[in-house]
Amino acid sequence: MGKSVLVIEDEPNIIEAISFILSRDGWHVATHSNGIDAVEAVRARRPDLVILDVMLPGRSGYDILRELRAGPETGGLPVLMLTARGQPKDRAMAEQIGASRFMTKPFSNAEVLEAVNDLIRA
Amino acid sequence: MASLNLLVAVSLIYVAFLFAVAFGAERAAMKGRAGWLRSPVVYTLSLSIYCTAWTFYGAVGYAARSGLEYLTIYIGPSIVMIGWVWALRKIVRIGRSQRITSVADLISSRYGKSNLLAVAVTLIAVVGTTPYIALQLQSVTQSVAAFAAADPSVVIPADNRATALWVAAGLAAFTVLFGTRNLDSNERHHGVVMAIALEAVVKLCALLAVGIFTVWGIGGGVGQTLARIDASAQLGQWQMAPGRWSGLIFLSGAALLCLPRMFQVLVVENEDERHLRTASWAFPAYMIAMSLFVMPIAVAGLSMLPDGANPDMFVLTLPLSEGRTGLAVFSFLGGFSSATSMVIVAAIALSTMVSNHIVMPIWLSLNGKGAMVSGDVRHVVIMARRVSIIGVLFLGYLYYRLSGGGTALAAIGLISFSGVVQFLPSMLGGIFWRGATRNGALAGLILGFATWLWCLFLPSFGDGVVLPAGVLAHGPWGIGWLRPYALFGITGLDPLVHGVLWSILLNTLAFLGLSIFSFPSPMERLQGAQFVNVYQHSASPRGWSGGIAQSEDLMIMAQRLLGAHEAQKLFQSEAARQGVQGYLPDPNAAFLQRLERELSGSVGAATAHAMVGQIVGGAAVSVEDLMAVADETAQIMEYSSQLEAKSDELVRTARQLRVANAKLTQLSVQKDAFLSQISHELRTPMTSIRAFSEIMRDAPGLTEGQKHKYANIIHDETVRLTRLLDDLLDLAVLENGQVSLNLTRARLGDILDHAVAAANGDHSTIKLRRDRAQEAIWLQTDSDRLAQVFINLIANAGKYCDARTPELRIAVRRADAALMVDFIDNGAGIETEQQGLIFEKFSRIGDQKAGGAGLGLAICREIMSRLGGSITYLPGQGGAAFRVTLPLQAAIAAQ
Repeated sequence: MGKSVLVIEDEPNIIEAISFILSRDGWHVATHSNGIDAVEAVRARRPDLVILDVMLPGRSGYDILRELRAGPETGGLPVLMLTARGQPKDRAMAEQIGASRFMTKPFSNAEVLEAVNDLIRA
Repeated sequence: MASLNLLVAVSLIYVAFLFAVAFGAERAAMKGRAGWLRSPVVYTLSLSIYCTAWTFYGAVGYAARSGLEYLTIYIGPSIVMIGWVWALRKIVRIGRSQRITSVADLISSRYGKSNLLAVAVTLIAVVGTTPYIALQLQSVTQSVAAFAAADPSVVIPADNRATALWVAAGLAAFTVLFGTRNLDSNERHHGVVMAIALEAVVKLCALLAVGIFTVWGIGGGVGQTLARIDASAQLGQWQMAPGRWSGLIFLSGAALLCLPRMFQVLVVENEDERHLRTASWAFPAYMIAMSLFVMPIAVAGLSMLPDGANPDMFVLTLPLSEGRTGLAVFSFLGGFSSATSMVIVAAIALSTMVSNHIVMPIWLSLNGKGAMVSGDVRHVVIMARRVSIIGVLFLGYLYYRLSGGGTALAAIGLISFSGVVQFLPSMLGGIFWRGATRNGALAGLILGFATWLWCLFLPSFGDGVVLPAGVLAHGPWGIGWLRPYALFGITGLDPLVHGVLWSILLNTLAFLGLSIFSFPSPMERLQGAQFVNVYQHSASPRGWSGGIAQSEDLMIMAQRLLGAHEAQKLFQSEAARQGVQGYLPDPNAAFLQRLERELSGSVGAATAHAMVGQIVGGAAVSVEDLMAVADETAQIMEYSSQLEAKSDELVRTARQLRVANAKLTQLSVQKDAFLSQISHELRTPMTSIRAFSEIMRDAPGLTEGQKHKYANIIHDETVRLTRLLDDLLDLAVLENGQVSLNLTRARLGDILDHAVAAANGDHSTIKLRRDRAQEAIWLQTDSDRLAQVFINLIANAGKYCDARTPELRIAVRRADAALMVDFIDNGAGIETEQQGLIFEKFSRIGDQKAGGAGLGLAICREIMSRLGGSITYLPGQGGAAFRVTLPLQAAIAAQ
């Protein structure tokens, strides 16, 4: 089981929580906490899955996703988007750009595990 | 005994006296104290220049030769004055409203301002008046000669040429002195009018004195005198030749209207139209008084003086022969007055015409600049007038020399009359008939004048002087129907009646014929309407009072164009500049120029020029017309300014709407963003709390260290949430203005100390630089709220200052009405485009993770506004700099 995930999130406590949950599930967890070079980080680490926050310092999660979807290597990469903004237009935006799954904070740990495992199986 | 020296001395004293009177009147008029100068009496007396030396001496001679026929020259003007006063009034009104300066000006103005016509009229007037001036010279000369004959101490001179020359020169000097002293735009001469009014009194009194002396002194009373008249072979019969009588009455009546000098006193010098009413009975009365003693004097002269005595001099020779030197001198002064007043006024009238219509146009065209000469041409005008006066008198003298000075006075006078009467058709036609045209007037004048020259003027020099006797008898080159006394072969008429009849007939026919068959120019049409309908175009009769009246008119006009307040200010300031009290300055050139400039701002330069010119000088359109234009203009301007105001208002409203709309849009965006932000700020800590509480609940086998750590996270995030909610509530309260301030007296230094201590609770490492001396200020304020602001600023500096050794300087400064506390750090500062945003809610600068919700500065801003001060970002301080401003009265009140 060499499932790897890259968590792109700027809130330290949330990073810690997600890392804990996924590690216990057997994921290899890497983290990145700013938006500016997030795309480079994805290309460098080549994770099986990306968990992406929308509000990141430096660059918005939407922009990062758009670039990932445009690249040949990362175009089909499963991306789980997390956002603290709960408005419907945020979800619509994410779906339009091509997020594989969209979750609103706060989330239940079980849901996150289920989502990432779903994404990796598909 | 009669002495020529005495006579000369008396004459000189008299002239000096006249001079003084004229001078005084002029001065009084200039000072505006000439109310009594403008009485109808003076006006009526000035009209008496109709009675010249011809009337004074000649009427007696006329009566001695032709009986009662002399009355015709009084009957004509009396009929006109009494029966035609309405026509006179019309002419006077036209003259006033059109600023007419002479007969030539009247006719030329009426026919489209034709200068050709003006020149023609001027030439006719000069030629027609010359015999008359000669007549005056002759009468004065003869009267001097009569005295000389009675004075045994002098040798009777061989001829009177020297006397005539001296008289002419003296009159020229007097006229130049008073006729051209200044240029009045209305061509009025108060001094001269006063002098001739006085002369009118002198000549009437002199004639009455001689008459009374004749009837009661030597005639033995009224009864005997009448009996002697009855008995006289020449005077006793009523020899009425109807043709000649009606011709003479017509001639003298028409002359009253047409003579340039009569026009001058009747129209140009007229101060008030209402004076005509007085004159219409007073002037005929004056003439009756003048003619009252003519018959008695004639009879007495014929019977008492030796045969061969000149009847024209009876008025003088009768007292002389009786040894009444004093009465004779008085009589001489009467005749002298008659002659001089006529010559002076005639010379002024003619010189005005000559200079305005002949000299000035030539001078202007020679100077090549047309009418728009920029410099002052007044000196040229005055010089032209002076030269013209001298020229006119010289012509008179020349005529006197040529005609030999022997012809009977009355004959010369009638020839002169018939010459100027040629103006009558075009003058009357012009003011009563709109169909009259320039071509008609010109043709009539030329034909009439030519006929007059041929039939009356040239023969008047005597047989063979100008026209050879053969021409008179057989016509030129033997053409019989062109004989001067029998045109078209019609003989048997009196030469005078013949000449007048033919000249006026041909004149009128040509005038009517060409007027009907020619078309008037637009200018002629306009002027024609102005003249014929003068009462519709001019204001009600109103006295002109020189410069002040003009100023008032200018003021009325200026008020219409500039508005009452502006105009009054302008006039008052100009009056003050001239040293005049009140609102009406003297309308001198400088003021007019200034006014014109002011007006041109409102109506444009050309219109302003025309309007000012209209009021001050003559122009084509009446003041009232321009006033109407001005009114319309003012209305239009007001209307358009209203429209402008309305459209301005619309633009303003639209702008306000745009701003409001933008604000609403922005508010909606802000509300959206605000909700998003709140959502984010609340959900983020809640995410951690939920995640870790689930981990602690679900994950077995957590170490104690992990449990402790996760519990701490949950705790911290709960605190964070609470703080966020506190901030939000605080802000909501502040924004709604529900906050109650707890005003206390506190020292600025203490508040800062408290703030620094509270901010350092965040473990800030920033170094503070303060000047405690500056901070020793007492304030009346809510010190907790102020401290909250300071804490925020100090904490922000600690969080965001990115210098290697962060430093915060707190500077306190007093300005006019405010206390300023500046917080300046040594970091990178805030980018210009961000400076406007930092006080907005949830705005956080840059990438730094500072943990705040972004409400701090927004709260600070609200607090400061509640405290009556402000907080602003201070750019250009080398780091992030915030200025807290407090109203100083809060500080002073506390001291």
